[in-house]
Amino acid sequence: MSSIAVKSRGLSKQYRLGETEPYKTLREAIVRLARAPMRLKGNGNGKRDTERHVWALRDVSFDLHEGEVLGIIGRNGAGKSTLLKVLSRITEPTEGFAEIHGRVGSLLEVGTGFHPELTGRENVYMNGAILGMRKREIDHKFDEIVAFAEVEQFLDTPVKRYSSGMQTRLAFAVAAHLEPDILIVDEVLAVGDAKFQSKCMGKMNEVARGGRTVLFVSHNMNAIQQLCTRGIVVDNGRLTFDGTADDAAGHYLDAMASHDFGSADLTNHPGRKRNSIPLLTSVRVHRANDMDQPAITINSGDDVAFHVGYDCGAQRYDWIKVCVETLLGERICSAGTHTTADCPEVFTGRGVAECRIPDLRLAPGEYSVRVVMGQKLGPSWVDVVDDAMRFHVELGDFFNVATWYDRSQGMFVQRCNWRIIDAD
Amino acid sequence: MTTVSTSNPPASTPSNTEVTVVKAHRGWVAVNFAEVWRYRELLFFLALRDIKVRYKQTVLGAAWAMLQPLMVMVVFSVLFGLLMDRKPTIAGIPYGISTFCALVPWQLFAASLSQAGNSLVNNRHLITKVYFPRLLTPSAPVLAAGVDFVIAFGVLILMIAGYHFFDSSYQFQFSWGLLLLPVFTLTAAMTALGAALWLSALNALYRDFRYTITFLVQLWMYATPVVYTAGSIHEKLNPKHADLIMTIYSVNPMVGVVEGFRWAMLGTDAPQPGIFVVSFCVMAFTLWSGMYYFKRMERHFADLV
Repeated sequence: MSSIAVKSRGLSKQYRLGETEPYKTLREAIVRLARAPMRLKGNGNGKRDTERHVWALRDVSFDLHEGEVLGIIGRNGAGKSTLLKVLSRITEPTEGFAEIHGRVGSLLEVGTGFHPELTGRENVYMNGAILGMRKREIDHKFDEIVAFAEVEQFLDTPVKRYSSGMQTRLAFAVAAHLEPDILIVDEVLAVGDAKFQSKCMGKMNEVARGGRTVLFVSHNMNAIQQLCTRGIVVDNGRLTFDGTADDAAGHYLDAMASHDFGSADLTNHPGRKRNSIPLLTSVRVHRANDMDQPAITINSGDDVAFHVGYDCGAQRYDWIKVCVETLLGERICSAGTHTTADCPEVFTGRGVAECRIPDLRLAPGEYSVRVVMGQKLGPSWVDVVDDAMRFHVELGDFFNVATWYDRSQGMFVQRCNWRIIDAD
Repeated sequence: MTTVSTSNPPASTPSNTEVTVVKAHRGWVAVNFAEVWRYRELLFFLALRDIKVRYKQTVLGAAWAMLQPLMVMVVFSVLFGLLMDRKPTIAGIPYGISTFCALVPWQLFAASLSQAGNSLVNNRHLITKVYFPRLLTPSAPVLAAGVDFVIAFGVLILMIAGYHFFDSSYQFQFSWGLLLLPVFTLTAAMTALGAALWLSALNALYRDFRYTITFLVQLWMYATPVVYTAGSIHEKLNPKHADLIMTIYSVNPMVGVVEGFRWAMLGTDAPQPGIFVVSFCVMAFTLWSGMYYFKRMERHFADLV
């Protein structure tokens, strides 16, 4: 048995709910101070108004040995990211402790510290230093990083002139060349184009096989199963499963299996992202030729309509988006009001918005729908419900021939014509 | 579970790995200077970023570091020197030079304080995504302001040299104050850092302080002998209480700094040592208390900023 790398005992983190006020105001503090001068002493544990606090992490204990690659699975807001933040010392736990043996490199976001005005070269150094690399280390790996990111010609161009793909590649390249004892990674593979994603997976595989201890959060069960030796499932802040990566993925998918098909009430939905303001009230999918009933199953190539109910009160919001995802969390497409030319521009009060999608050519299988409402200014999303509802897709008569086609053949179905143009 | 073979040990063997304990801290915590030292390269990079970003896509580039105090000097000279018909505040030295000499350390202080005071909020994206000693965040802008200071200081030397050569009535005189210049400079920078530690931590918690900082810097300038000299206050005071009042006045550490600069660079009469002692002590207290308060609030930054 190799030695221990991370030992976590009863790790808990409590957050204040920040819906109305993201940060404290001086007035509030002064008022509280005036009301209860005695409370200044002590650490405030006496009486907390528990209603306004939420446990993002509750009593999480596990041991991770050197060289293990741990996948952390859970729905949005389950506490995965909080766990990573606590372990990488960004925020302190409220209770419990964790012992970390060795140098930690954490990668919670691609391109932390990238500055748009600085050149690619400058950003490599900046980003490297922020991730904990020494200048010597960066000097040494500089060429490798640049080659990996494929941005050689643009090294002395400010990154604000880079395409978003190039920025991501460069940022991931820096992070991928980090060589800490323990690597903490949050969902960074969900970036870039498919080719680069597979390159990243390759790099992650290399890192994982290189005997380094890795903690890895992802929604992508394929990635978890491919990379990780072990998996834990976090739900509602608690650790609900600890075992092999395959078993953890299975456990997670089972737990997610109880779902609404075709329509869902979103008012108290468990998939609502933390810090959302609950504005979205319902979602339904219809076949365009049957608007009376929500459709549990649609056919490939059907014209469909999504109905999204909202209740914004007196507030005004700017956009709604419906995303279709696979059960493994791969996003297939997003249909947002902000990507449409003639769409409602303001949502206020109560209502139902309809999104018509002609000829939805999904491959047969089960799909999950994510609904988002947002604002152009400020934090762009305001309400997010993940896995809000699901629907089935069957092939139907899409190809006009009796044939088979499933997800192993691709993400979507495409009509095609075949003929022989050259033959002996 | 993977077994690590002895022939191929991981990058670090368990015997020499550092162990970090992640847990809740309560109450006052001391600054871990060893850790800050380990992260010195990041401090350097953060400061470098601030400097580079400031002058990116500007035509004049670092010339702005000279132009800013020069333009302020011109404004003050016109305003106070000409319109209000002030005589030179220091015998034999034009009002402009005397003011510029004060503006050089003042700008170091003001730029450090306003940049560092907002640094936690401005670096929100770093603080919520990666760990490093948070003390670096307000320290980097102070370091960056140091670069502008060096440039402006060069201009000051040129100005004094020019005056020395073109106006025969003026003779530059060496004073022992020159040797103390680094101390004055550090006092300005550390006072700014100390105040910024307080303000940046408060700013992360209560955004009210964002507005306070601009306002505070403005007021602070008038409490500092920039547009006037400490001597001009002294001579208006009742001689009985003058020294006591001047000592109280120098509770503002920038009084000692600015007067020290004039003494060192322009060869004015040496201010009373009491001013320096008080200024220095207040600076040390501000810095020390700022560090403790900052460390105490540090644990909430990522959640609140």
